[in-house]
Amino acid sequence: MSTQHSRAAARLLVAPSVVLLFLWMIVPLAMTVWFSFLRFNLLMPGTREWIGFLNYEFFLTDPAFFAAVANTLAIVLGVLAITIVGGILFALLLDQPFFGQGAVRLLMIAPFFVMPTVSALVWKNMFMNPVNGLFAWLQKSVGMAPHDWLATTPLLAVIVIVAWQWLPFSTLILLTALQSLDEEQREAAELDGAGALARFRYIVLPHLSRAITVVILIQTIFLLSVFAEILVTTNGGPGTDSTNLAYLVYAQALLQFDVGGASAGGIVAVVLANIVAFFLMRMIGRTLEG
Amino acid sequence: MARRTTLPRKLGVTALAWGIGFLVFFPILWTVLTSFKTEAEAVASPPSFLAFHWTLENYAEVQERSDYFRHFLNSVVISLGSTVIGLVIAVPAAWAMAFQPAKRTKDLLMWMLSTKMMPPVGVLVPIYLIFRDLGLLDTRLGLTIILTLIDLPIIIWMLYTYFKEIPGEILEAARMDGADLWNEIVHVLTPMAVPGIASTLLLNVILAWNEAFWTLNLTAAKAAPLTAFIASYSSPEGLFYAKLSAASTMAIAPILILGWFSQKQLVRGLTFGAVK
Amino acid sequence: MGSIVLEKVEKTFGEVTVIPPIDLEIGDGEFTVFVGPSGCGKSTLLRLIAGLEDVSAGRVLIDGRDATDLAPAKRGLSMVFQSYALYPHMSVRANIAFPLKMAGMTAHEIDAKVTAAAATLNLTDYLDRKPKQLSGGQRQRVAIGRAIVRQPSAFLFDEPLSNLDAALRVQMRLEISELHHQLGTTMIYVTHDQVEAMTMADKIVVLNKGRIAQVGSPLDLYRRPDNLFVAGFIGSPKMNFVTGPVAAAHGAHTIGVRPEHLAISADGGDWPGTVGVAERLGSDTFLHVDAGDLGTLTVRAGGDVGFRHGDRVGLTPDPAAIHRFDDKGMAIR
Repeated sequence: MSTQHSRAAARLLVAPSVVLLFLWMIVPLAMTVWFSFLRFNLLMPGTREWIGFLNYEFFLTDPAFFAAVANTLAIVLGVLAITIVGGILFALLLDQPFFGQGAVRLLMIAPFFVMPTVSALVWKNMFMNPVNGLFAWLQKSVGMAPHDWLATTPLLAVIVIVAWQWLPFSTLILLTALQSLDEEQREAAELDGAGALARFRYIVLPHLSRAITVVILIQTIFLLSVFAEILVTTNGGPGTDSTNLAYLVYAQALLQFDVGGASAGGIVAVVLANIVAFFLMRMIGRTLEG
Repeated sequence: MARRTTLPRKLGVTALAWGIGFLVFFPILWTVLTSFKTEAEAVASPPSFLAFHWTLENYAEVQERSDYFRHFLNSVVISLGSTVIGLVIAVPAAWAMAFQPAKRTKDLLMWMLSTKMMPPVGVLVPIYLIFRDLGLLDTRLGLTIILTLIDLPIIIWMLYTYFKEIPGEILEAARMDGADLWNEIVHVLTPMAVPGIASTLLLNVILAWNEAFWTLNLTAAKAAPLTAFIASYSSPEGLFYAKLSAASTMAIAPILILGWFSQKQLVRGLTFGAVK
Repeated sequence: MGSIVLEKVEKTFGEVTVIPPIDLEIGDGEFTVFVGPSGCGKSTLLRLIAGLEDVSAGRVLIDGRDATDLAPAKRGLSMVFQSYALYPHMSVRANIAFPLKMAGMTAHEIDAKVTAAAATLNLTDYLDRKPKQLSGGQRQRVAIGRAIVRQPSAFLFDEPLSNLDAALRVQMRLEISELHHQLGTTMIYVTHDQVEAMTMADKIVVLNKGRIAQVGSPLDLYRRPDNLFVAGFIGSPKMNFVTGPVAAAHGAHTIGVRPEHLAISADGGDWPGTVGVAERLGSDTFLHVDAGDLGTLTVRAGGDVGFRHGDRVGLTPDPAAIHRFDDKGMAIR
């Protein structure tokens, strides 16, 4: 298949994609870097002066920054924990024979197709609202005081909403992986005297490791940038209790119109994401090779 | 584990699985039910599940007051447009990488995926300013361009994994059989590639339909797709549960149905063939 | 007609030489088998002839015409692939018709030829099925059908039987040989299975690490291997090799004796040993005899030979059938 001119043609076919992605990677990022060294506020037109690392100094010493980093990590790790543990349990359950497997699969996967703004608003108003929400009604009907999710545990509320959206994804992927497990392997382990728990630990879990890795990779990409769910539920508040990096930069840019500061924040977010990506890619590389 | 299942066990699993499925699905079901209630019934305590006065007036009102169909059309144009443009750019690239792999192809693919790792806030400011200066803010065109760019790596990856599964020997056989490039493409490649392209299209329309960073930040009233339209219910209309539910139901129903149809390809597509 | 000549054909991938310059002549109507262990370059050689790979140097002549730079389709060859490479979206009929359609034949002609090919290959009842609905053997026949309809000057087979089970393999082997007799067309057949090579070929080309180890008729190779590699590769069970003083006594570095050329007796004999495993096939018995310093030797004996595990025996090689090799592994004649 490898003749000379077909290879040249191949390069030509790949070129548009590479050029577009390269521009998309480089141009805006370079602008962000440039802006991050300027005093540049949209409310003060005309002032664009070089101020060195001042924007970074402000951003990195802002207590909101540390809160945002912590919240970003809490969202990523919290959602990953819920979706992976829950996903494995659900997948194990759905892998058993039962009546109506197809229908239950459809029910389970549905939340993944719900747009973030809808799921956030539905949860915020119809479930977590301390007066009219279903949770409040449930608590009241057993004689408890209703819990005000968004006011007292806003970060948890965001994690719950996002986890609900991603749980179907991990469940479906882990279930698919589970179904590809060679039945003979399980039987061999059974004959070797492995109990259900040992079979899970030594046969099922290693078999799932590839799928789990994929789930972590894909979800992390999206979870690092959770935005809409915060915007329409808590607006990052109260205070900065549910502000993550994405939301913090957004607030700096489009609410305070501080282009310089927001750019510095954006660069910090890029750097942090790259650190995470670096470890992630190494992990993925190892798992996917083998 | 298809063997040694007793009926009671199977019934037990059935009950548990349906229970969990119902709980996971419940928020959607509740939204759909609420959309048929009056505002008063929507916030009634205790809540009524089925025994309420069913009405369609919320749907009529959503359309009338906020022009739902325009936002629906925006969503269709933007998600379909960005996906189709993405495919036009990606099909040749994925094709070449799958069938003419060079030494660097693997690295190139990884690099493309890594562009997805860049958090959108990293480029929010310049994109916003560029859009403002070019008059692309709150336009379908602008949003379509952005979604094409952010979806491109995913589209290329999905297509690549589908194309990769077309055995190279088939193409060689066609060549031996006397097919020139044109006939190879028309009679052999296209029929074999179409299923992969179709499921890439479907999955990507779903992803683009639900994209909620750029759509929220780059649109206002005019070009807002459904994601941004719903966000406007954040307050104070959000307190009108029945109308919120009607708007939500209309926003998710089309894509939910598409999603259900595509669920067979979903896992394979979204994990780039790593999980089958 | 279908003579194929390779002149100093060479294939390199960057720094790596896969095929050092090779000269080879394949006569019109010959059934030639390329055989060798995996990685010996036999498939690459076939693909060079097909035009699916560019030759790095040298010339490929088909019917005396220089085909080195011709596209695969223009060489007048057809090929049966290891995976069959059937078009999954086309019916059996459309698969077989495809090369004819590409050649621009009329629907009427195509129909006649497909029907005839299907009849030859017992595929008439399956013409409207998709490849997915066929068994391995049937798919194989469709692939062959697609190859024969265009009446090529030569057929190329790339390990066509390796995906079939043992019984089917034997049957398809016969069918392909029969087809060769019917059509009389040149065939080049690649396999790693020396039994296929022995049973089907007019001419065998044994390849080792990209080089031709020996070319000849099956019995030629069997009786007069040029070197240790061919001696060890052709024949089943393998030829026994003995080195050391015993070989030196025959004026060689290594001597080789085929299992059927070792006589076995309860006492006496040149080489004493102990019977290990005895494999009884009914018609024959293969005895694995531990002959001390000489190593384990395989002996082919009659089906009802009485020796059992642990018996002491003596082995005597047929002096006329001892192959002698020098220290470079080349035959001494």
